[in-house]
Amino acid sequence: MAKTHTQASISNQPPNKKKSSLSEKTKEAISGYIYISPFFILFAIFGLFPILFSFYLGFQSWNGLGEMKFVGLQNFEWILTDPLFWKSLSNTLIMWVLGTLPQLIIGIILAYALNSALIRFKSFFRVSIFMPYVTSTVAVAIVFGIMFNDQDFGLINVILGWFGVDPVSWSTTEWGVKIAISTMVFWRWIGYNTIIYLAGLQAIPNELYEAAKIDGATTRQKIQYITIPMLRPILILTVFTSTIGALQLFTEPLVYIGRTYREEGITVVLYLYREAFVNLAYGPASAAAIILFFIIIVLSAINVFVANRIGK
Amino acid sequence: MSSNVRKKSFTFSKTIVYLLLAIAAFLSIFPLYWMFVMATNHNSAINNVPPAILPGSELVTNFQNVLSTIDFFGAIGNSLIVSTVTTIGVLFLCSLAGFAFAKFHFKGKNVLFVAILVTMMIPPQLGLIPQYIIITKLDWLNDLKAIIVPGMIDAFGIFWMRQYISSNVPDELVDAAKIDGCSNFRVYWNIAVPVIIPAFATLAIIKFMYMWNDFLWPLVVLREESSYTIQIALRGLIDNYVRDNGMILSGTFWATVPLIVVFLLLNRLFIQSLTEGAVKS
Repeated sequence: MAKTHTQASISNQPPNKKKSSLSEKTKEAISGYIYISPFFILFAIFGLFPILFSFYLGFQSWNGLGEMKFVGLQNFEWILTDPLFWKSLSNTLIMWVLGTLPQLIIGIILAYALNSALIRFKSFFRVSIFMPYVTSTVAVAIVFGIMFNDQDFGLINVILGWFGVDPVSWSTTEWGVKIAISTMVFWRWIGYNTIIYLAGLQAIPNELYEAAKIDGATTRQKIQYITIPMLRPILILTVFTSTIGALQLFTEPLVYIGRTYREEGITVVLYLYREAFVNLAYGPASAAAIILFFIIIVLSAINVFVANRIGK
Repeated sequence: MSSNVRKKSFTFSKTIVYLLLAIAAFLSIFPLYWMFVMATNHNSAINNVPPAILPGSELVTNFQNVLSTIDFFGAIGNSLIVSTVTTIGVLFLCSLAGFAFAKFHFKGKNVLFVAILVTMMIPPQLGLIPQYIIITKLDWLNDLKAIIVPGMIDAFGIFWMRQYISSNVPDELVDAAKIDGCSNFRVYWNIAVPVIIPAFATLAIIKFMYMWNDFLWPLVVLREESSYTIQIALRGLIDNYVRDNGMILSGTFWATVPLIVVFLLLNRLFIQSLTEGAVKS
């Protein structure tokens, strides 16, 4: 049936068959280029050019209005000798550890619990745990900002009071600010990671566990030799994305510590934003952006290296 | 056999699992519930020890205060425009590009595709200042175009569409349509598009959420209140001298409700879309 149809359609147009098949190829190539061109045109204007220009700006002194002046490595020197930059960097790394590590560990535990075959109300639990992800970051930062109120009537302080803990000045102490911000990050992203781990767990074939059971494996052995190795690609993915996300932490600290840019909570991107759009120091801000870029590359590489060893 | 397993596992470990999930569910929902409670209480109720944990009667008053502080509906409208237009644009451009990468032959195809993937590794803040300068030069400050047009670049979207089209749109169908004389665009529109609806749904959810929640870029380019998206407008609530927490949480609550309603309606699709993306990449 199909064959006769093809033959018929060929015999319908014998005179220019050869010519049209040639131009058909060219036509296809032209269409291909046209279809992918919007990305490349937009990326050239709003992606590539700005990136290259940032590398250029990093070596200039400029406030956005007057003349640019080449200053060599001065901006980098300036940034690297600014204690606030180092503070922002260490803050970012501390909040990365505080917000990300517990998130990944508890995420796996929750996914494991959700995946156990005999659980009822599975979709209720799944939806509830995932709900924070649907809330906007600004809303989360505002709500948690009020919950982490410094006064003794702040909700978190009231709860701590039940356990006999004195009220904490969350927004003004070194660790208070970091714990408050890390909690926001943790709360918003835990469900997201849980769902992704759950997907990973469900992709592991049941036969593996059954075979292990026949061989007399304990639960711990099953987790160690089946679950973790099979989950590795997902682990790498979540470590990777949450690291890049944590290094770009901006909304939570900006909303929580506000325009004071308190040094207990300033992050690298917040520092960059302040240099660029508050101090109008485009040169140093670009230098900070370039440094951030290299930090992300190095940390991502370390991440992949470490994640590759998990479960090996 | 299965009833045996059921009986055996109704034990200590199962209780632990339920307890764990119940605590997690409670901690996940509580801040949202508390947001609602505060949105319905007078500011003074929040400053009590202990703070209110039951809804009050100030629902309307608090929201009226929000409306007199920020242009709430204007900002929601701006967010809707930005997110919808960008999402539709991205669905069209990414599926078109993904289709070309999956089904057409042309020189340099693979190199160009890898180039797109590489752009995903670059942190968006790297080009922030020059991007801002470009927007200023284009005279797009305070214009929603400043968010929409750069938002159309979506490397993940192209990657996602290419994968989906490769494995779900059969080559034979494309060839047959061509033999019947369909133009390339018609093949895309009539053959590929109907098949990739699920991929559209997934990408639409991800993109819409991302645009709706974006904060840094709108903060940089939207300086006038009339152009604020809801995220920027919400921040305006806490910049007041008098901190009226009832009013502030009323604003965040009403800005969150639409997202949660949409999520609850689409939650199957939503969670499925996330896991699809995770497992395949």
